[in-house]
Amino acid sequence: MAVCVAVIGKDNSPKFISCLNPELELQFHYKVHTSLDVVEEKLSSAGINTGDVRELYLGLLYSTEEHKIFGYVTNTKIKFIVVVESANTLLRDNEVRTMFRRLHNLYTDVVCNPFYIPGDPITSKNFDDTVKSIMVNNI
Amino acid sequence: MADEVSFEFLHTELVSYVLSSTEKDKKPCDLSTLEYIGFSAGYRIIERQTKEWPRFKDELETMKFICTDFWTSINKKPVDNLRTNHQGVYVLQDNAFRFLTRLSNSRQYLEVAPRYVAFTCGLIRGALANLGINSMVTAEVQSMPACRFHIQVQRT
Repeated sequence: MAVCVAVIGKDNSPKFISCLNPELELQFHYKVHTSLDVVEEKLSSAGINTGDVRELYLGLLYSTEEHKIFGYVTNTKIKFIVVVESANTLLRDNEVRTMFRRLHNLYTDVVCNPFYIPGDPITSKNFDDTVKSIMVNNI
Repeated sequence: MADEVSFEFLHTELVSYVLSSTEKDKKPCDLSTLEYIGFSAGYRIIERQTKEWPRFKDELETMKFICTDFWTSINKKPVDNLRTNHQGVYVLQDNAFRFLTRLSNSRQYLEVAPRYVAFTCGLIRGALANLGINSMVTAEVQSMPACRFHIQVQRT
């Protein structure tokens, strides 16, 4: 079960952030913001080691006592960040991967909506509801 | 088969709609609207197209993607020739460009050709813009079904 999902734009501005517990939203803003540096680092080091696979999924960015933070960057430089509770040991890497894939699919649907202006914060109700259900149900 | 034709009809209607609406204002043939429609379409399409694709290594790899997969999804065939000077100029040659094959097979109607390539110019520019490459795209038609797109990457 994820506790927070965030979508970050090309210029590292938050486009969407959703948490299970709205009271902790500020705390997650900080956590997501901190993770962006790790994302940047992973992206630039991928350019040097040309041998490795250039997958969109970046894997575990960092973990704290309470949370694990995972990252995913699309080809169009949109970042998805998912925060999971560290206590949750049931969650496998593959499940996080499918979670990101579903998020990406959702995001492309939002972008292909002609009424959405690329670069704006995401206000789609469908997106919000589906992200909430992904967070609760895991997949 | 039928869906391919319907896209061509839609494009033709788009061109005539945009031109008739600009003609009303007594302006000379204005293709920027058409180019902008292409831009926003390209910007959105590429998001979907690159979903299952690994990260691009460099600019040339991105261009190759545009010439093969992106072009095939729109024009049902890849670009015939891609040339570059490795300094930010790319030339895409299509010997039978989809929107021109129905028009003429020679130099006849050459003066209206720009209308039918403006949308695709925008499409390429939009797709590249979303992939992080700012560019200027122009088209050149010398003899009808063939068309050449010049992409000039803007480096800051």
